Amino acid sequence: MTKQLSQRLLGPVTLVLLALTFWFGLWVTPPDQIQGNWARLVYVHPAVAWVGLYVSFGTATVASVLYLWRRTRSPVMDRIAHCAVEVSVVFIALTLITGSIWGRPTWGVWWAWDARLTSTAILGVFALGYLALRRANDDPELRARRSAVFAILAAINVPIIHFSVQWWKTLHQGATVFTANRTLLIHGIQAWTLLISFFAFTLLFFWLLRARYRLEVLRDARYELSLDEALTQRRREGVR
Amino acid sequence: MIRVALLVAAKDLRIERRSRVLLWQVLPFGVMALVLCGLALGPVQAGHSNAAPGLFYLVMLLVALLMINRSRVIEGSPGTRASVATLGLDPAGVFLGKALALTVELWLTGVVLLGGAVLFLHTQLSGTVSALPSVAVTLAALAAAGTLYGVMSGGGQGPATLLPVLSLPAFAPLLIAGERSFSAALHGGALWQWWLISLVALVAYLALGILLYGVLEES
Repeated sequence: MTKQLSQRLLGPVTLVLLALTFWFGLWVTPPDQIQGNWARLVYVHPAVAWVGLYVSFGTATVASVLYLWRRTRSPVMDRIAHCAVEVSVVFIALTLITGSIWGRPTWGVWWAWDARLTSTAILGVFALGYLALRRANDDPELRARRSAVFAILAAINVPIIHFSVQWWKTLHQGATVFTANRTLLIHGIQAWTLLISFFAFTLLFFWLLRARYRLEVLRDARYELSLDEALTQRRREGVR
Repeated sequence: MIRVALLVAAKDLRIERRSRVLLWQVLPFGVMALVLCGLALGPVQAGHSNAAPGLFYLVMLLVALLMINRSRVIEGSPGTRASVATLGLDPAGVFLGKALALTVELWLTGVVLLGGAVLFLHTQLSGTVSALPSVAVTLAALAAAGTLYGVMSGGGQGPATLLPVLSLPAFAPLLIAGERSFSAALHGGALWQWWLISLVALVAYLALGILLYGVLEES
């Protein structure tokens, strides 16, 4: 009952939090002294990047490791990893698009060969490669195993993206919310709006993941059904 | 594991030596690609060696893709997988052997293309020679990563087109590290820092290959 209730509430709560993010971000918070209204992208871009890079790829990596580990190997883990990567493609694309929209007025260019931007784009290509790899293999077990290994290899890129602003002299700014010694850099209504946006986009990820997972289960069931139907038909035709 | 690796590497190199694909197809392709890069830059810019390290590694990536595909096709010939399974060869040894053979092939191509860079893109000979250790390590890392991604792309639909999609994002950091260290050898700068990144990548891919090759080949 509780599980069903939480599943039913996930969608409406996500929508309310997203609406709050946009309301606070667009109307309640003040514009920045230097960047003006462009600074409002801070309520979308970091949250979208958090989901695209850490939450979705983290989910895919954990599910892939659990799939490769014999004790926890199951199609459920494979499906979760697949769905998480698919959703991550959307969020990585949104990260690059919102970053680009902010970069044009701030840096003067839509795209810069910056370490963080480049490594994020590489992760996006990795995610697309993952999906291509899945489509190339028909054997479900081989596909799941190879995809799991590929997801783990791709996830190596996530810490590189995270630390890229420290390791290299980049155009992309460093930590925005906290300093290196955990001091908060954003305060008041701006901090609250940022916090709500992180919750909203994280819940949106889980909502999308759940919807995509259900679709995958139905697709697998339909495949099994069509296979059974084809076998029955062949038997009726007298082919043994 | 080492014995199996040497056996597999010797087998792959012997096949290459007999088929002469490297000599008559891959090397001419690499040299042609380097010449085309010079033509694309134009006579004035091609005279400056600034772009040479990047172009050298770009051509090496294209050559590596051809060689990885070739290395995978050798294993895909009828009966090979069954023979490997029957012999009970250590998958880690098979991975190391294939990576070693690919490394040797890429080194040979690399030496020829470095000569081409001196000739066509006017890189200094002394700087090019001092870049050799970093080139050797970067190409070995490419071979290790390529062997791993090669087996991942095999067996399904369109493996030749799938390989670049899977491997090029992984090759990108190696391209950057290789290009930076080659540039540093030619024009001065932090050669060893970038060389170290290639070395770390080589060790990481070898370790991952030893651990995961068996999982990928398992049927």
